[in-house]
Amino acid sequence: MSDRGLRQRAGAALWRRPWLRGVLTLSPPLLWFLVIYLASLVVMLVTAFFTVNSLTGNVVYQWTWSNFSQILTQSVYGSIILRTLLMAIAVTITDILLALPFAFFLAKVVSRRWRQLLLGLLLMPLWASYLAKVYAWINILSNKGVLPGIESKLGIAPTHIAYTNIAMWIVFSYLWLPFMIVPIYGAFERVPDSLLEASSDLGAGSWITFRWVLLPMVLPGIVAGSIFTFSLTLGDFITPLLIGGSNSDFIGNAIYDSALNGGNLPFAAALAFVSIAIMAIYLLLARFAGAFEAL
Amino acid sequence: MNSSRFRRWASGSAVALVLSLVVVPAALGGSATAATSAPPTQGVKPLQSVGKGEGTLNLIAWEGYAQPQWVKPFTASTGCKVNVKYAGSSSEMVSLMANGGGHQYDLVSASGDADLRLIYGGNVKPVNMKLIPSSSQFRPFLKSPSFNTINGVHYGVSYEFGPNVLLYSTKTFKTAPTSWSVLYNKTYKGKITVPDNPIQIADAALYLSKEKPSLGITDPYELTQTQFTAAVNLLKAQHPLIKKYWDLASQEISLFQNGEVVAGAAWPYQTNTLQAAGAKVADTIPSEGATGWADTWLLATNAPHPNCAYKWMAYASTPKVQAEEAIYFGETPANTQACSIMNTLQKGGCAAYHANAPESYFSTIKFWKTPLSTCDNGKSNCVDFTQWQQAWTQIIG
Repeated sequence: MSDRGLRQRAGAALWRRPWLRGVLTLSPPLLWFLVIYLASLVVMLVTAFFTVNSLTGNVVYQWTWSNFSQILTQSVYGSIILRTLLMAIAVTITDILLALPFAFFLAKVVSRRWRQLLLGLLLMPLWASYLAKVYAWINILSNKGVLPGIESKLGIAPTHIAYTNIAMWIVFSYLWLPFMIVPIYGAFERVPDSLLEASSDLGAGSWITFRWVLLPMVLPGIVAGSIFTFSLTLGDFITPLLIGGSNSDFIGNAIYDSALNGGNLPFAAALAFVSIAIMAIYLLLARFAGAFEAL
Repeated sequence: MNSSRFRRWASGSAVALVLSLVVVPAALGGSATAATSAPPTQGVKPLQSVGKGEGTLNLIAWEGYAQPQWVKPFTASTGCKVNVKYAGSSSEMVSLMANGGGHQYDLVSASGDADLRLIYGGNVKPVNMKLIPSSSQFRPFLKSPSFNTINGVHYGVSYEFGPNVLLYSTKTFKTAPTSWSVLYNKTYKGKITVPDNPIQIADAALYLSKEKPSLGITDPYELTQTQFTAAVNLLKAQHPLIKKYWDLASQEISLFQNGEVVAGAAWPYQTNTLQAAGAKVADTIPSEGATGWADTWLLATNAPHPNCAYKWMAYASTPKVQAEEAIYFGETPANTQACSIMNTLQKGGCAAYHANAPESYFSTIKFWKTPLSTCDNGKSNCVDFTQWQQAWTQIIG
């Protein structure tokens, strides 16, 4: 049989059986998802139930809840988890408040040429290394940095922000702001101008228009952006390491310490599941808020 | 395939996956426990003579421990090509060796706090010191130190060492502080930095051994529960005074450069770097003495290239390599003959890194070692490393 005939027959067979086409196109990504992605998560979950011999660092393959009970009973992990959670919430709220006016301006006020320029500027920091941006903030906030210099020129008492949780809050809010602006900008763009005109024709002030016309329509965009800011903050450990103070450990730092310094992979796996659980709950809530329609 | 059938199939395979993951490790279980009574490899007969090199040598080392300036001549003369995996902490070295790395690597440049964990874990094996000629030139206290020699059996070759010093700003302190008490002094609230490392508990214990003699602390790494609790409480009280627990030497350097802190626990490396950059700092070993690190090249139990490993241990012990390493990293060589070479590499290098200091200087340093539940006096009422680690999380959290 000629090569051409074989190809034609294969094509015909696929045409007659749509499900076969589906299986063939879907199986490579599905296989990737199951074998590489889900399987590694399962391995991690299983590991979380083992322990290590603390002296030699060897994993002891015996089922135990001890890692989870340690996380639940030792107050230090409670405060680490709470700190991480509160920071993620604070950063998300800050970024929403900063992004709303910016995105509105970008989508509804400026001309198209300016819009392109501003969008370009907005995305520019994403080209720079994460570390460079954090170190830039260390230079701004630390005692001999830019901020104390300005403060002393103005005669204000120095604030000593570097190496505190406030410094982390500023740096995180700065780092993830573009991830909040872009989806909100997209949501604003989808709002027809005629709605704003109708609202104003009917006598609504700008606050009423924003609250009852715009906000419901951009809410999915806000929630979509908050998934980025919330999850990125929740999983971070470098910013706390670099600009955090003596009370700044995140879940990520606890994982890093137990996995790399402590050599305790099972405990790190158990801690990782705290992050995963928090994120799963957040995503469920986001789903109810309709975030995935805006992605 | 309709959706409910697919769902059943998917959940079925997920269950199978989980089961296979559970059953396999369970079947392997039991082999992972280790006793602290005697090192598992103590009976292994060491190499009697070094043969022809295998052409390759795989190291786990601290960054800066395998620089081209001394690796290249080694490869040229022995034919052993050197591959290095850098590790960032003692514990990382232990987990690299414990998690199967022992079949891949030949030597690890572990510090004293990792040595016993590796020795009792069976990850390293005895070394024949007769095959390391330069070891006869070592300082007496590094010929068979308790952190790498057990019951007269050597598990590695001592390399370089250094003290953890008290680093201070000369603007704040006109004269050198004479006690570690400055790190626990409320006057310097928010101006202090110490390493983010459980072994820091030993520093508190060392201070308490002089400050509160009634506790009866003789060895900061062998603490009874009472002594341990006292040290941990001291560190918890210190927490509000800390600006930052540093993870990288570079962090402490920028903290001092920016005037964020005025005193801290440091390595001589930070002092040298800061002084070279013109910062107004100095360091001292206070009257209580200091903790310190002493590194050892330990030989992996399953080292695939033993001949090259012995050639490296012998080479790394020679005065020239020891001097180059000392100058590069900022530490003190074990080999006493390295002093004059250090001076040729850097003016005053020998004195700067204490290579010519009298033996009494070194006895003021309490070198890092693994805290074990069995104390040196044979009693088993000492607090072990697990609890050190857990307590440290509580302190800094």
